[in-house]
Amino acid sequence: MQSINVVNIDPNEHVQITDRSMNEARRQLEVCNACRYCESFCSVFPAVNRERTFSEATITQLANLCHNCRGCHYACQYTAPHEFGINIPKVLAEVRQNSWQDNAMPAFMARAFHRSGAALAVAVVIGFALLLWLINQLPQSLNANTGEGFYSQLSHNAMIAIFIPAFLLPVLAIAISVRRYWRSVGGTQLRLCHIKAALASAAKMRNLAGGSGEGCNFEDEDRFSNARRWYHQATMIGFLLCFAATSAGTLMHYLFDMQAPYTLFSLPKMLGVSGGALLSIGTLGLGVLKLQADRDLADRRVWGGEMGFIILLFLVSTSGLALYVLAASAWLPELLAFHLGSVLAFFVLMPFSKMVHGFYRLAALLREQQLQQ
Amino acid sequence: MIQQAKTYDLVVIGGGNAALCAAITAAEHGSTVLILEGAPKPYRGGNSRHTRNFRCMHQKPLAVLTDRYTEEEYFEDLLKVTKGKTDEKLARVAIRGTEESYAWMEAHGVRFQPSLSGTLSLSRTNAFFMGGGKALVNAYYRTAAKLGIEVMYEAQVTHLERSGKRIEAVEFTHQEQSHRLTPKAIIVASGGFQADLDWLASAWGPAAKNFLIRGTPYNKGVVLRDLLDQGAESVGDPTQCHAVAIDGRAPKFDGGIVTRLDCVPFSVVVNNAAKRFYDEGEDVWPKRYAIWGRLVAAQPEQVGYVIIDAKSLELFMPSVFPPIKADSIEELAEQLTLPPEALQNTIEEFNAACRPGQFHPTELDGLATDGLSPAKTNWARPIDTPPYYGYSLRTGVTFTYLGLKVDETAQVQSAEGPIENLWAAGETMAGSILGQGYLAGFGMTIGTVFGRIAGKEAANYAKH
Repeated sequence: MQSINVVNIDPNEHVQITDRSMNEARRQLEVCNACRYCESFCSVFPAVNRERTFSEATITQLANLCHNCRGCHYACQYTAPHEFGINIPKVLAEVRQNSWQDNAMPAFMARAFHRSGAALAVAVVIGFALLLWLINQLPQSLNANTGEGFYSQLSHNAMIAIFIPAFLLPVLAIAISVRRYWRSVGGTQLRLCHIKAALASAAKMRNLAGGSGEGCNFEDEDRFSNARRWYHQATMIGFLLCFAATSAGTLMHYLFDMQAPYTLFSLPKMLGVSGGALLSIGTLGLGVLKLQADRDLADRRVWGGEMGFIILLFLVSTSGLALYVLAASAWLPELLAFHLGSVLAFFVLMPFSKMVHGFYRLAALLREQQLQQ
Repeated sequence: MIQQAKTYDLVVIGGGNAALCAAITAAEHGSTVLILEGAPKPYRGGNSRHTRNFRCMHQKPLAVLTDRYTEEEYFEDLLKVTKGKTDEKLARVAIRGTEESYAWMEAHGVRFQPSLSGTLSLSRTNAFFMGGGKALVNAYYRTAAKLGIEVMYEAQVTHLERSGKRIEAVEFTHQEQSHRLTPKAIIVASGGFQADLDWLASAWGPAAKNFLIRGTPYNKGVVLRDLLDQGAESVGDPTQCHAVAIDGRAPKFDGGIVTRLDCVPFSVVVNNAAKRFYDEGEDVWPKRYAIWGRLVAAQPEQVGYVIIDAKSLELFMPSVFPPIKADSIEELAEQLTLPPEALQNTIEEFNAACRPGQFHPTELDGLATDGLSPAKTNWARPIDTPPYYGYSLRTGVTFTYLGLKVDETAQVQSAEGPIENLWAAGETMAGSILGQGYLAGFGMTIGTVFGRIAGKEAANYAKH
């Protein structure tokens, strides 16, 4: 994994890298536009074919539309050693990454955590230590060990006091950065039909289907496989189920005065356990596939940060499941601190990690719907 | 020379579409097969890498193919482009074989896509490969691996040892060592000779040294020449090649589809003395692009220059390199290294000969010059709206016509009758069917159909 000293990157050098990726993407897309063989793989190439020249806004939008399925790369007759040296998955990954980092607030945080798995790990350790300290040290009056279950370790109010800002502030930061993106690519007023079509595309991961439904060329050169698509679906659905579980719990707590711990057949538990299982399986699969895939068909700078993010999600979900299984164990305080600490790290780093890809992808799919009309 | 210990029923020479169709078919008929591909792995697949579709007859809508395309219509299209220079029996075998080949290709991993944007005119006749020819080649190599077919890359066949009616041995080099194999049967599917510029020059004249080769640099015709030298019968005009006008900045080899330039009908084309030499508006571009290869080849230094103005920039498919751009004709001439005054005169003379009328970019509009020689008979609009754009044009060779003569079973013929354990498929025998001209997607038709025939015949032979 990379060290975290990339925080000190020279801002001028960063601009040069951004320009270099942008110019290289433009050169390559002009070759694609003269060829067009890849038109049916995904949404990127029909969008390329609508253009005559490629502005920075167009290239940024195309980069966020690309899901790195790599079908185009293995099909391309102009990849290295050919002198045209086409590598669309890589160059678009670089432009995409730059757009996430440059639109983030503050950008230096994004540069650090996107790139460095080690930085993510440090954040998790800090989160763990903080939570453990809180559990052990919070004054009895505040912590009031009166609650049941996990609240016997850390009161509901204490959890809320930590996690509401730790969730809302990052969400706000993401909203601002995606809004910047939306403006930069010329997005206009959204209509219901755009939203429906974009969500349908995301739900089916249509852009990882390789055009024929046989999937990506990801883990074994030009072999088509839906493994990445299914693992990504498991991750995405698992995450959404966990989110729904938390939301259901919050509603039950405040609206219906039904307080945790909940039984297995309650809404939060059923959503949370199934979501946690899916998230664990999905992230494990994505991590294994990422080890097998050719690293030169992506942005090499962020391999560590991306892997770190997958591991972080895996730790969040498996530690959550472990809490469910080991609720009565003597290790409960440590386990709870680890789970909540990793969740905290995950939330706080959302605007600066791979997590933003979901928001940007959705924005790109929405914009593509607008452009198609 | 290393005598290979392992023996194979069949050795396939070449690694493109025809070779793979042959190898896969033979393996499915029980043969042990070795493919000797001359190129390294990243360049495997010969000119098939650059293809994008195959022309397919069908009685009713078939997957991505619309409407119907009958054997008769297909054959008539072939007659038109070859001006009758075809072997009807072989041509009909190829045409009839396509309908059933579509399903065979899908079953062996090829995926099709609807007609590409800008090629809607082909949606009825040509099935496009998803991702193009390299994706097709990749799929076939995967299938071949599953069938236990062995592939040796960078294996350059140097000699087939003929003894009477048989080929006794295959000699090739691999990793700087010479090898010798004695399979029961051999299939030659190693393309034409267009990458051998000396051979091209001896057929065409020294001008050929300035030609660009649109496809693989590995098709040097070594096996073709070796067999012809040993009495295999040839077919096709040895002096001819299929040549089109492409962007002059294209690489010497392997530029492929992206180097084409579709703007000639909307332009003025001059030679390096800034003089026009042919009617740019004679017909719609798909019917004329192939003659421009020869026209440019006949000009000094085998180069031409296309001049358009801002009005026409978006009327044609974008090409791989951006055009040279200038605010005046003089400045454009300087950038294109043309004599500025001469170009200025040519454009002024052309503009003065243009007549008012309706301009229709997609049809013959009859908008012709008046009193100009050579005339421009359609789309003649003055070049008068800056900025002006220019491209250089060179001759790009797609393939050669000279090949091995085969019968309907793809068996290679000699003066003494068929060579009993030798078959040929693809570009190396296409001259039998395609005597001149070209029909989009027909190369892949010949490769697929005759590849499968050759594979089956060779496998049956090897069983005995």
